Amino acid sequence: MISITSEQIEQINLHGERDYPYECCGLLIGRFGNDGAKVVLETFPISNAREESAKRNRFLIQPEELMRGEKYARGQDMEVVGFYHSHPESPAVPSQYDLEHAWPTYSYIIVSVINQKAGDLFSWEQRPDRSKFEREEMRVAVNGA
Amino acid sequence: MPIIIAIPAPLRQFTGGQSQIEVDAKTAGEALDRLTSAHSALRRHLFNDQNALRNFVNVYLNDEDIRHASGPDTPVKDGDTLMIVPSIAGGAVIEEEVGQSLPELSNEEIMRYSRHLIMPEVGMQGQRKLKAASVLMIGTGGLGAPVGMYLAAAGVGRIGIVDFDVVEESNLQRQIIHGTKDLGRRKIESARDRLRDINPHIEIETHESRLTSHNAMGLFRNYDIIVDGTDNFPTRYLVNDACVLSGKPNVYGSIFRFEGQASVFWAERGACYRCLYPEPPPPGLVPSCAEGGVLGVLPGIVGAIQANETIKLILGADDTLINRLLLFDAWTMKFREFKLRKDPKCPVCGENPTVTKLIDYEEFCGLGAQHTPPPQEKLDEITAIELNARRLRGDNIQIIDVREPHEFEIARIPGTKLIPLGHVVGRMNEIDPAVDTIMHCKGGVRSAKAIEALKRAGFTGKLINLKGGITAWSEDVDPRVAKY
Repeated sequence: MISITSEQIEQINLHGERDYPYECCGLLIGRFGNDGAKVVLETFPISNAREESAKRNRFLIQPEELMRGEKYARGQDMEVVGFYHSHPESPAVPSQYDLEHAWPTYSYIIVSVINQKAGDLFSWEQRPDRSKFEREEMRVAVNGA
Repeated sequence: MPIIIAIPAPLRQFTGGQSQIEVDAKTAGEALDRLTSAHSALRRHLFNDQNALRNFVNVYLNDEDIRHASGPDTPVKDGDTLMIVPSIAGGAVIEEEVGQSLPELSNEEIMRYSRHLIMPEVGMQGQRKLKAASVLMIGTGGLGAPVGMYLAAAGVGRIGIVDFDVVEESNLQRQIIHGTKDLGRRKIESARDRLRDINPHIEIETHESRLTSHNAMGLFRNYDIIVDGTDNFPTRYLVNDACVLSGKPNVYGSIFRFEGQASVFWAERGACYRCLYPEPPPPGLVPSCAEGGVLGVLPGIVGAIQANETIKLILGADDTLINRLLLFDAWTMKFREFKLRKDPKCPVCGENPTVTKLIDYEEFCGLGAQHTPPPQEKLDEITAIELNARRLRGDNIQIIDVREPHEFEIARIPGTKLIPLGHVVGRMNEIDPAVDTIMHCKGGVRSAKAIEALKRAGFTGKLINLKGGITAWSEDVDPRVAKY
């Protein structure tokens, strides 16, 4: 289960629309609670490091960037709890490629961007046996509430 | 010797919640083996079925990626820390599977590219990336020649060429993509034929036009990488700005006499040309190759460097010329290198850009119409045919050649006196103000400057500029006078 605010979802949507037709990506920074439940406290946009020709359907966060994010998070007494990326002109479901490049416990939020407009947004979690992703329950807090 | 392995948060469920684990090991590989034999559920998240580290898993020894040291054999010592850091990759499936989105190679292509394929830095994957890539070359001159030929030979799948010129004899000393049989042909046609001959497996697209602020964005949109092989400042700034605005890398090269420069300007990753040179030099300060000359082999070397960097960008290599300016001197045979830094105040790629669309680059470089001299100072001019007529009539005139002595050696108009531009004011007393004086150089620019200088120095006689210089004389009056 992951808790996120409507404002953070809006930031992810806007990033996806801004980088369209390329894939956007970023870190979810927050805290791990009990039983693997996560709370997102900040989104952390990352520049997509894939070469130009592959950006439409690939994203890559370099380890240096992740270390930078981890360092920042730790400084705020937080942790990287997951990642988000967009699927331009494609549904918000993980691909085989996503599965091969993921770890369990992290949340993987995917937003579908069709015609430069953000649509479905789902969070996914990899099974501990790496066999597949499962939809993760998302608890959305409306800001101010 | 105990070393510490830091376990990232998502993997702690496999280590009983421990965030650090101490193991005894001599190498990084041995440390990971110890770790995963103690916590076997962890192994499949770090290693694939072939027992190699998963390609998104990175291991840092203190602060260095062990891939940059000796990989799993990197020695570790007491007190070292190993960190496991994923690079997060993923993406939508547009074509069925990864790798399959790249074009396949035919058996003929595999044979042709075998020397690439056997190097792990290229391999099948890299060669397919080259086949999937598209590169636009601006110009098919001295730099464009080796760039085009090497990119075609390397198997870059789609090469666009932009040029509007025709092949002239004076090009052949360095523009090796064209041959003697191509004299008078359009350069794009001659270049296309040569590239097709080198590699029939690639696509070549020709664009016969001058690159302008109107067509640049449309042209650049269809290519991954732009290679700048131009020889003038307005086009160089145009290529830079259009690359920044369209997010494309600009593989830059320039040459003059014995000296060359190369870099990769890619605003998304580093400095652009304007971060290095915010303003163009004043017009006329930096002579072109046509005026100053160039060693024929120099663009061969600089263009080959541009081709090399283009291929590395396509392959995703790390150490490209991004944020590095390479200077080469062919006469002393020395390379030097400067670090470049992105300028946050850069007018086009900085934090608050003032250039947000393409501008008039002729005007920006001071070559606009406002720089023509006012009418009262209008230059007296004469054509080669008129000059010949005056000579044949027996008019009392004198002709001053303001070129350099080594040019005078190459070709001269009969009955002229040589006073190089730099000496023309000092030797003013050798010019008779009582008769009409015709001044000439190679093309008419330097002689116009000489006339201006003489007038400013107080010369009272009538000064007339030969339009088109000795080149026009050779074309219109006497073809026995060599053109150069």
